[in-house]
Amino acid sequence: MNHRMPITRRAALASFGAAIAAPSIRPSFAQAAPIRVGVLHSLSGTMAISETALRDTVLMMVEAQNAKGGILGRRLEAVVVDPASNWPLFAEKARELLAVSRVDVTFGCWTSVSRKSVLPVFEELNGLLFYPVQYEGEEESRNIFYTGAAPNQQAIPAVEYLMSADGGSARRIALLGTDYVYPRTTNRILRAFLISKGIPESDIMEEYTPFGHSDWQGIVSRVKRFAGEGKKTAIVSTINGDANVPFYRELGNQGIKAEDIPSVAFSVGEEELAGIDTRPLVGHLAAWNYFMSVDSPANTAFKTMWQAYIRNPRRVTNDPMEATLVGFQMWAQAVAQAGTTNVDAVRTAMYGQKVDAPSGYTLEMHRNHHLSKPVMIGEVQADGQFNIVWRTPGPIVAENWSPFIPENANRRRG
Amino acid sequence: MKHTLLAFLLLLAAALPARAQDAFVAALPGLAGNFNAQAEAVDRLGALADPRAIPVLRALADGRLLKLADNSLVIRDGTATTDVLTGAATEAAGTEVLRINNRVRVALRGALGRLQLVSPDPAERLAAAEAVFRSRSADNVPLLDAALARETVPRIRDRMAIALAASRLLASDPAAKLLGVEALGASSSPEARSVLLEARAANPDILPQIEAAVAAIDRRLAVRRAAETFFQGLSLGSVLLLAALGLAVTFGVMGVINMAHGEFVMLGAYTTFIVQEACRGIPWLLPWSLPLSVPAAFLVAAACGALMERGLIRHLYGRPLETLLMTFGVGMMIQQTVRLVFGAQNREVLSPPWMQGTLMLPFDIPVTQNRLWILAFSLVVLALTVAAIRFTRFGLEMRAVTQKRAIAASMGIRTGRVDALTFAFGSGIAGIAGVALSQIDNVSPNLGTGYIIDSFLVVVFGGVGSLAGTLVGAFGLGLVNKILEPWAGAVLAKVFVLIAAMIFIQRRPRGLFAQKGRAAEA
Repeated sequence: MNHRMPITRRAALASFGAAIAAPSIRPSFAQAAPIRVGVLHSLSGTMAISETALRDTVLMMVEAQNAKGGILGRRLEAVVVDPASNWPLFAEKARELLAVSRVDVTFGCWTSVSRKSVLPVFEELNGLLFYPVQYEGEEESRNIFYTGAAPNQQAIPAVEYLMSADGGSARRIALLGTDYVYPRTTNRILRAFLISKGIPESDIMEEYTPFGHSDWQGIVSRVKRFAGEGKKTAIVSTINGDANVPFYRELGNQGIKAEDIPSVAFSVGEEELAGIDTRPLVGHLAAWNYFMSVDSPANTAFKTMWQAYIRNPRRVTNDPMEATLVGFQMWAQAVAQAGTTNVDAVRTAMYGQKVDAPSGYTLEMHRNHHLSKPVMIGEVQADGQFNIVWRTPGPIVAENWSPFIPENANRRRG
Repeated sequence: MKHTLLAFLLLLAAALPARAQDAFVAALPGLAGNFNAQAEAVDRLGALADPRAIPVLRALADGRLLKLADNSLVIRDGTATTDVLTGAATEAAGTEVLRINNRVRVALRGALGRLQLVSPDPAERLAAAEAVFRSRSADNVPLLDAALARETVPRIRDRMAIALAASRLLASDPAAKLLGVEALGASSSPEARSVLLEARAANPDILPQIEAAVAAIDRRLAVRRAAETFFQGLSLGSVLLLAALGLAVTFGVMGVINMAHGEFVMLGAYTTFIVQEACRGIPWLLPWSLPLSVPAAFLVAAACGALMERGLIRHLYGRPLETLLMTFGVGMMIQQTVRLVFGAQNREVLSPPWMQGTLMLPFDIPVTQNRLWILAFSLVVLALTVAAIRFTRFGLEMRAVTQKRAIAASMGIRTGRVDALTFAFGSGIAGIAGVALSQIDNVSPNLGTGYIIDSFLVVVFGGVGSLAGTLVGAFGLGLVNKILEPWAGAVLAKVFVLIAAMIFIQRRPRGLFAQKGRAAEA
């Protein structure tokens, strides 16, 4: 009985929390009915460390769009709910947004398990979800636009980099992840990829931990041992949420330097690093499609806008925030072009939308509901920022159905 | 000091070919090139044995090497900048920091290691020996030979000898290789083992010797690994002990099922955060913020506990189900209040320097400092708790009330006051646990939720009402968990532990240290 306690408690808490934390912006001057924008991000629980900034990004974009006169002469109104890092609650909150609040579009989810939880709801009620985080692929819902990276836009280039001379010529890979669908699927793809590159099974280590795991000493010392087999070793981390903080702390305490065992993370950005002392971590890597340190006019504008909105000149931006911004701009363009917020019309108008993204490239939405994106590898710096050490020459098109998963052989591409 | 420095410079100068001066200048522009050019230039500088290279390479490693608009390089030191070539102070305007990647970092480590092997500072020589070992190259053999001949500190000699052996393994001379294998096999370092394994492919002719050396290291390492696992188990056990100790008092002694126990732990962690923020304004106090947090967290949590006992729990004595539900609700309210006050985001509690890094115990057993401190801390807290119950007036009254309330009351003990104090005492210990947990876990409103189940498990497993049982239960569960983890993975290990505990409690419902006599029937 004790076991079930946290779930029920979280659920109860969440609904309590949501009742308090639903500051929907009331329209003051709109004549026509406002366009409602749902925000479905965890504001509490283990994912709050990552998702809170995304809620703020959407609210910032809504405010900016309203300052420009809204869309189609209508005001935008944000409806914020808190699914509290509780996956079944995501589905309930999605249904509430679509059926009760009648939102025209939703920006939300971080973990794949939360997206999988809301997907049937969006398909059933024909809603529109913009999902801003890199993920494992193997999905293409007509009700979801994926503005984060597919595996070939993040995971595979990152591992290729680790195996290159610049990345340290790693020949032994430790795959560490949180125990849910994204890390498991990504690691399945990576394992197939590594084997295709001639890495034997015995040189791949795979370990999973629960969400919010804090006791990393055993795993980190096992990685150390795994690295002591005479081949250059690297860590590929799909650890999500606040478990990263004790993980990196343990890496630092056990003296694992990037020169010896570099690690590349897929879910750690500027926002997650804001909570830790990064000096022992200098040289560890992260792969994303955007870093705050990118030098582009669009990025300067984005950073200025964000820091002004949040009234903190030291707040950081990160990749999922950029993906949220790109998704929002594309959606706004598509609505303006379609002349309506009708989901089917907006969907058709979305294809081919282009946005000059803060990453410094023009990104395009393709018919597979994914963006073409550039890939960048950044090294952690002592100030918590990333130094970009490698990037693709241009955006690459998403392969959401990975060729490294045998079941996809018969699927149509593109 | 001055003499050693002079001797050091003379030594370098003697080793310096006449052309090297120009080679130093010639290698510099590469440092401003792409990562390839940088790594190459660093290697060249490392091979020069020119003392001027040391500050330049260090500056590059620390991100203090800047490039001016005219492509000349300057070193930043605080606010001052000096030109690399002339040593003259320069303006820092229009500069660009030279960035490096891991490949350059590896090259830098090797180069700095070579240059600092003859440094007058023992700490630098030790670091250099380590660096040269990691960046092993056959070119380093004569350098290491010379350095080893001069070295007097035994610890540095050991490291240099291993570095020399690893470098010899890469030499072309078979006799030197065998010498290297032998020396590495005599060590008990996992790194030496790794070097030997790496050398297997290139040296098929001495494979049997390499295998023998690896086996020898393995035998020595097996003991060490067991010790490492044992320490990790103790460390997990100490965390469980801290989390469960307060519960052992409130649940074990008083019989109150306090579902808000985890929230008291969380309050302790937030108190640590507040004390740290308060100390920020007073620089000399900052390193002491963690020790200061211990009494503060105890008082905060104890006050909340006393308030809860007097306000709510005392009305529900003898009604365990209502107590459970009520404390559960209070826990949710505390959690939500903290969330409203501090936000849902995690709060950063800094680790003082003496809690960071790894300490080498005898026989090269590595233990992380923060875990070691927490282990010691948990035992101190346990000892103080036992002492408080055994040897103080309050402890005596507490035991009396637990054993027979009516008789205790008739002897003039104010049982209500004792109840409040006991509950406050247990809650205060939970607060202290929060101080320790802030060092290893995230300080978030959910902090306590993760520990409540484990705490109850430890108390029930050890035997309700027995502090010795709590001690044995905590360390037992910690050890079993860590021994299982390498076999089953972190998720399954926990499942196995829970199943084992369930079966055990089925067999012995009163736990490891069952209470006997009158207390058992109470």
